Amino acid sequence: MPVFFYAFAAISIVGAIALVCFRNPVSSAISMVGSFVGLAALFIGLNAYFVGIIQILVYAGAIMVLFLFIIMLLDLKAPSTFKRSSPMVIVGGLIIPFTFVIQLSAVLPEVRGGNPQALPLEEAAKGFYDKDRDPDKQSEIYNSLRQKSLPDVNLVGLTLFGHKGDNASIRTPGYNFPLQITGVLLLVATVGVVALSLKKKKSKSGGSES
Amino acid sequence: MAIVKVKRPKLYWYEHLYLPAILKGLIITLKHAIASLRGKAQGGKELASSGLGVTMQYPEQKWDAQLPEYYRGVPALVTDEQKRERCVSCQLCEFICPPKAITIMPGEIQSEDPWAKVEKAPQKFDIDMIRCIYCGMCEEVCPEQAIFLRQDYAMTGVSRLEMVNDKDRLYEIGGIREGLVNKWNELK
Amino acid sequence: MDFFFIIASAVKIFGFTFLVILPLVAYSTYAERRVSAVLQDRVGPNRVGIPATLFGFKKDLKLFGLIQPLADGVKGLLKEDFTPAHVRKSFYWMAPAFTAAPAFVSLCVIPFGSAVTIFGYEIKMVIADIGVGPLFIFAIASLSVYGITLAGWASNSKYPFLGGVRSCAQMISYEIALGLSVIPVLLFFGKLNLSDIVTYQAANGWLLLPLWNENGTLIHEAYWQTSSQQWLLLLPMGISFFVFTTSIFAETNRMPFDLPECETELVGGYHTEYSSMKFALFFMGEYAAMIVGSALIVTIFLGGWSLGFGLDSALLQTSEGDWKWYAGLIHMGAFLAKTVAFIIFFIWVRWTVPRFRYDQLMKLGWVVFFELALFNIFLAALIIAAPHIGLLNTFLFGIPALVITALLMFFITKANEVRRKAKVT
Repeated sequence: MPVFFYAFAAISIVGAIALVCFRNPVSSAISMVGSFVGLAALFIGLNAYFVGIIQILVYAGAIMVLFLFIIMLLDLKAPSTFKRSSPMVIVGGLIIPFTFVIQLSAVLPEVRGGNPQALPLEEAAKGFYDKDRDPDKQSEIYNSLRQKSLPDVNLVGLTLFGHKGDNASIRTPGYNFPLQITGVLLLVATVGVVALSLKKKKSKSGGSES
Repeated sequence: MAIVKVKRPKLYWYEHLYLPAILKGLIITLKHAIASLRGKAQGGKELASSGLGVTMQYPEQKWDAQLPEYYRGVPALVTDEQKRERCVSCQLCEFICPPKAITIMPGEIQSEDPWAKVEKAPQKFDIDMIRCIYCGMCEEVCPEQAIFLRQDYAMTGVSRLEMVNDKDRLYEIGGIREGLVNKWNELK
Repeated sequence: MDFFFIIASAVKIFGFTFLVILPLVAYSTYAERRVSAVLQDRVGPNRVGIPATLFGFKKDLKLFGLIQPLADGVKGLLKEDFTPAHVRKSFYWMAPAFTAAPAFVSLCVIPFGSAVTIFGYEIKMVIADIGVGPLFIFAIASLSVYGITLAGWASNSKYPFLGGVRSCAQMISYEIALGLSVIPVLLFFGKLNLSDIVTYQAANGWLLLPLWNENGTLIHEAYWQTSSQQWLLLLPMGISFFVFTTSIFAETNRMPFDLPECETELVGGYHTEYSSMKFALFFMGEYAAMIVGSALIVTIFLGGWSLGFGLDSALLQTSEGDWKWYAGLIHMGAFLAKTVAFIIFFIWVRWTVPRFRYDQLMKLGWVVFFELALFNIFLAALIIAAPHIGLLNTFLFGIPALVITALLMFFITKANEVRRKAKVT
């Protein structure tokens, strides 16, 4: 229903604008959460439950909580005086939205207007039919597509980890290796942060001891 | 006092899991619950419990029988066997009273009265029971054995005025008390 | 169909929230007081009943104090709603709603019973039958941190602030253990839809009690032959259950972990500055979270709405394998009974186990449960994968890898601890 789309789109846009406009960092953080929730609702509106829920779980539930936690612990105050930015910054700030608007104006005419259609899920199910298996023992993806619900959890898994089967229509190489590499990269970054913060602490305590 | 250093007990590996201890605790509380529901809670009988736990249920059951000798309830004034009001309005209780609950207006005893030599008796004697803390200092300090803490505890009223015990009310609660030292009697 | 779906959903939302969960919240506060009283040899609230004397009868009806929650609610509404002058008003007003709302929202994916057929339409006894059930609950429940944290911050005084910060750190820490501990379960089921999980358990035995199978026979011979690995799986599932339950205790700020509101240190914790209905909303949110938590545990580990022991197929199914028309109601009763039993377990633990120290709590979350849940995932994965990769590979590579991982985790933790101790002394 487009009503919900517009409602949640409005929530996320208003949240994003409020994030920039509020002086108080806590208000900003909360409006960002609102924006995230609106965005997650938009994902869910596209039948992508998994992505929407992960959006809430990771961004609204974990990352923004940590942000809020840090803001509160440091007791950041709203800046009392407004510092005028240099003209270069203002020009730079204008160029970026301007290019964005140009991009949008290029893309928007291409978008099909009119009434949105439901996804042809039953059509899609045919692609996942495995002839070699029993009709009763088809894959989870096929079954839930037949029941007109998008199995986005399984599809994400299929895309990421690939599938080695005899059925050519489902066979995908997957992105297992890039995924693992990304994981290692994140781990390296985490370990680096820990190492950096530990070093600082050591020198501090050493200084106080001597 | 000597300093005793308490050593932490060495725990076995299964004690480090804490689970057996938690399980033990759960069983103990469960035992209490079962005993309580069966009306056999520990010490329930001695405390005359209502059947659930050790609690006595107040308005239906009263613990008057269990009241100790030394129970401090509502303070009251007493008269002795000769119907003499014992208070001589020395105001010691008024001064000692920690929450300043007592207000006394001393009065003179007329010369035609047989107890004229006592000279003073309270004209007004108010105890504000909203302020009273039942400490019993008035009873302790009284040189005339005139004020006593009774065993009454259910003192209620619907207005502040009702909670102020005036002289008549105090004597009504206190009644006649026998066996006190009658130092104002004539020597025989 | 669409029209019917909307009507049915509205009825379900109204019914489950106002006729099931809100009374359950109210009566779990009553149960908390009564059960705690019984555990401590007391009586508890047993007075509030129907004041029949007001209507000219001779005696009041006491009803074991069952009207107490109503009286509490009336009191909450009638008391002065005091807002201290030093608070940050907007957040102070928003915080109670942020705490209470997520708990109620997360209820919508919990299946209360099997489908009921009315006028030829099949109505699922779940408000939103989506394919990401447990994740949805975790996601929405994680939003309730904001309420508590904001309450602490907006109160603008030190004890609520400490309570808010504590709860924030605690909930983030235990969310990790919570999420990781449920992964072995999801590995086993292979799906995230709570209704499907329960249906599977109704047919094949509860996750923690796999004693019957589709034929409705107890410990049938065929069962041993076809899925003997399930008996091995009881170990990781047991660990999962333990870690999950304890993490739920921590997530809902229940007693052994109620550091955010511990009275001895923080007066009242994050809701110190709140009064009347705003305070009651915090309370309701907490109890609703507890109910959702126990409902989730029951759904995942203890068979949800199924009667169990093969009784579902024996009593409530027609010969074609469909549910009889009254099956949904009986299932709903079974589900509520299990949930209530679990709530009473929550209460029982609360009044038995003393509060943890904050560093112990953090150590338990990060050092013990995190590692345990991680190891548990590997263990469950190995057991599930064993038939596919063959016995030889399992013993040659799988088990050694598992042991090495476990030892590594153990010794890293141990070494860390030794170093920390050395630093302290």
